[in-house]
Amino acid sequence: MADVLKRVPVREQDPAERAKNFEEVCLGYNREEAVEEAVRCLHCKNAKCIQGCPVSINIPDFVAEVKEGNIEKAYQVISESSALPAVCGRVCPQESQCEGKCIRGIKGDPVSIGKLERFVADWAKENGIRPKTAETKLGRKVAVIGAGPAGLTCAGDLAKLGYDVTIFEALHKAGGVLSYGIPEFRLPKSRVVDEEIENVKSLGVKIETNVIIGKSVTIDELLKEEGYEAVFIGSGAGLPMFMGIPGETANGVMSANEFLTRNNLMKAYLDEYDTPIRKGQKVAVVGGGNVAMDAARTALRLGAEVHVIYRRSEAELPARQEEVHHAKEEGIDFQLLTNPTEILVDDKGWVKGIRCIRMELGEPDASGRRRPVEIPDSEFEIEVDTVIMSLGTTPNPLISSTTYGLDVNRRKCIIADEENGKTSKEGVYAGGDAVTGAATVILAMGAGKAAARGIHEYLAAKNDLY
Amino acid sequence: MYKILESEKLADNIYSMIVEAPRVAKHCEPGQFIIAKVDEVSERIPLTICDYDREAGTVRIVFMPIGASTMKMKLLKTGDAFQDFVGPLGRPSDLIGTPVEELKKKSILFIAGGVGTAPVYPQVKWLHEHGVTADAIIGAKTKDLVILEEQFKEVCNLYVTTDDGSYMRKGMVTACLDDLVHKEGKSYDLCIAIGPMIMMKFVCKMTKELGIPTVVSMNPIMVDGTGMCGACRVMVGDEVKFACVDGPEFDGHLIDFDQAMQRQAMYRTEEGRAKLKQEEAETHHGGCGHCGGDE
Repeated sequence: MADVLKRVPVREQDPAERAKNFEEVCLGYNREEAVEEAVRCLHCKNAKCIQGCPVSINIPDFVAEVKEGNIEKAYQVISESSALPAVCGRVCPQESQCEGKCIRGIKGDPVSIGKLERFVADWAKENGIRPKTAETKLGRKVAVIGAGPAGLTCAGDLAKLGYDVTIFEALHKAGGVLSYGIPEFRLPKSRVVDEEIENVKSLGVKIETNVIIGKSVTIDELLKEEGYEAVFIGSGAGLPMFMGIPGETANGVMSANEFLTRNNLMKAYLDEYDTPIRKGQKVAVVGGGNVAMDAARTALRLGAEVHVIYRRSEAELPARQEEVHHAKEEGIDFQLLTNPTEILVDDKGWVKGIRCIRMELGEPDASGRRRPVEIPDSEFEIEVDTVIMSLGTTPNPLISSTTYGLDVNRRKCIIADEENGKTSKEGVYAGGDAVTGAATVILAMGAGKAAARGIHEYLAAKNDLY
Repeated sequence: MYKILESEKLADNIYSMIVEAPRVAKHCEPGQFIIAKVDEVSERIPLTICDYDREAGTVRIVFMPIGASTMKMKLLKTGDAFQDFVGPLGRPSDLIGTPVEELKKKSILFIAGGVGTAPVYPQVKWLHEHGVTADAIIGAKTKDLVILEEQFKEVCNLYVTTDDGSYMRKGMVTACLDDLVHKEGKSYDLCIAIGPMIMMKFVCKMTKELGIPTVVSMNPIMVDGTGMCGACRVMVGDEVKFACVDGPEFDGHLIDFDQAMQRQAMYRTEEGRAKLKQEEAETHHGGCGHCGGDE
């Protein structure tokens, strides 16, 4: 008899092996393992896990279906709430959401909700199950800006309600951060991301790529000339931040966005693709979020020795635990409580090293985290030929500066109501990183979902007026 | 897909294409650029718009093949299509937002070098359509590499100079500028220079001495072109700017050209270096250490 306090372990690629390839790290549960894990769920009446889920998936119900072996039913339960279960099962920070609230977690391991979700979604795909489409079409047009997690979710929900939805995507490929940001080894593109996008399309959503809202067409034109009755802005985060330290414009310094976009969207790691990437022999990644972990583990797979430099301690690392754990297993060096002060440049203008200073934690700052303070005379150098800056982003001004009457806050993020995504402009809703600044896939999905409700209420009320 | 309605070789290794892209054609202005991608495996190639027809919904691009993807691009024929074609990107030229009355009072000089002649054209044409006649210098290595001469003649006072003297004036664009100002009694209130980085560097050096405000169009390494990757950052004065959203046009007197040239070399292949050497050898004054002109 298995120990009910322990979760069923999930199979993973061996660290030494996977450090050299881009295949998915986590192999997921098979049917037997999934059923065995599902049995651990207590099916709480007042399920805390649902409260922990930004898109409120009915977790106990889908897990119960898994327990009974009704995987297709489990999939339909999940897809009532989530447009991208195969993605969420892989990239959500479950430890601080559903699994963090699981009663099983008080005495032992919480139920592996994420791995179960992933199993169900993958099973549905393998068996050709698609989400249910709307029974009646309303014939009313809604435009969604950005085919990332927020946009896909909003579009999917609106399509299920019968709206005629078109997503406008700036890049040549849909998916947003799922395509350009999160690497193959964490989120396979053709097997998972493209399939999830196909699911959204199967609901009737149209996706027009290569359209930059604010440049190719404006929101006002969509509303006035192209017949859209409402617009959802899910345009994502924006320009990468740099530190402003000496040497930052040297060759070999780039943003994590650039590095990951070259690798993931442009597939520079595959020989047959034209886009080049600087692989680096010794790479420093500055930052401690999920994006930093993705950049570090990508650089490692391209053959580099990798150092992650983060100014606070391990406890404050913003990345998901699983990512940090995987990165360490794969052999990435963590320089914690360390901050770069200068990038060292050779006489040809290329990076040759990074000078850092050790830090200690002082009093808590506005974010509630203890503020890192420099330790005097503790500077040291690390020899590197490539530096990847992963410090977050500032909002892209393209939409806010070209849309009349759309208010932004002090940080230039679009102001939108958390409940329903409503902005200062009538008929225009927003959510995801464009509103919150860089956050997670699932929070963006939650915002897309809220905005879909907001848009539905708005259009229903508008209809009553005429 | 974005259909190519006309594909034409303008000169040795310079190609022109008219592409069906209604959303771009409807909104683009002189100074802006597009990104084209031939097929699934190609790079995203940023190219400044050379001309556009709003009614026909078409955009014209002119390019010089330099890497694998542009080599593939040049093989596209009339009737073929780009898989992706997005724009307009970047900010329009500052001329577009300036009141025409103000522009009419100004004496404006355009300096175009090599394939950089193409992005100068829509600006000169736009001014002409608004009743402003500018002067323009087209510089090319040799006679056969002078492009768009007839089109320019219709919309401005044109001076053509070739490095080897095989056509019209002899010498580089800076020599022509020097002659116009010092021997032919011209004076200018504004200069717009677009061409190889090294040309823009030396034009800016000269116009700074002459006290002529100068705008240049930067074409740094880009990936997405929408303000996401930060690859296109350039130092303008002591500020970091992103060419894709803040540019591509900047005050030439504030640009750190040496650094920009150095960054441009980041992904340059041996093949690319050889091409650039061919392109820039005659106009190269040495010093950047990357394009191969001083080897």
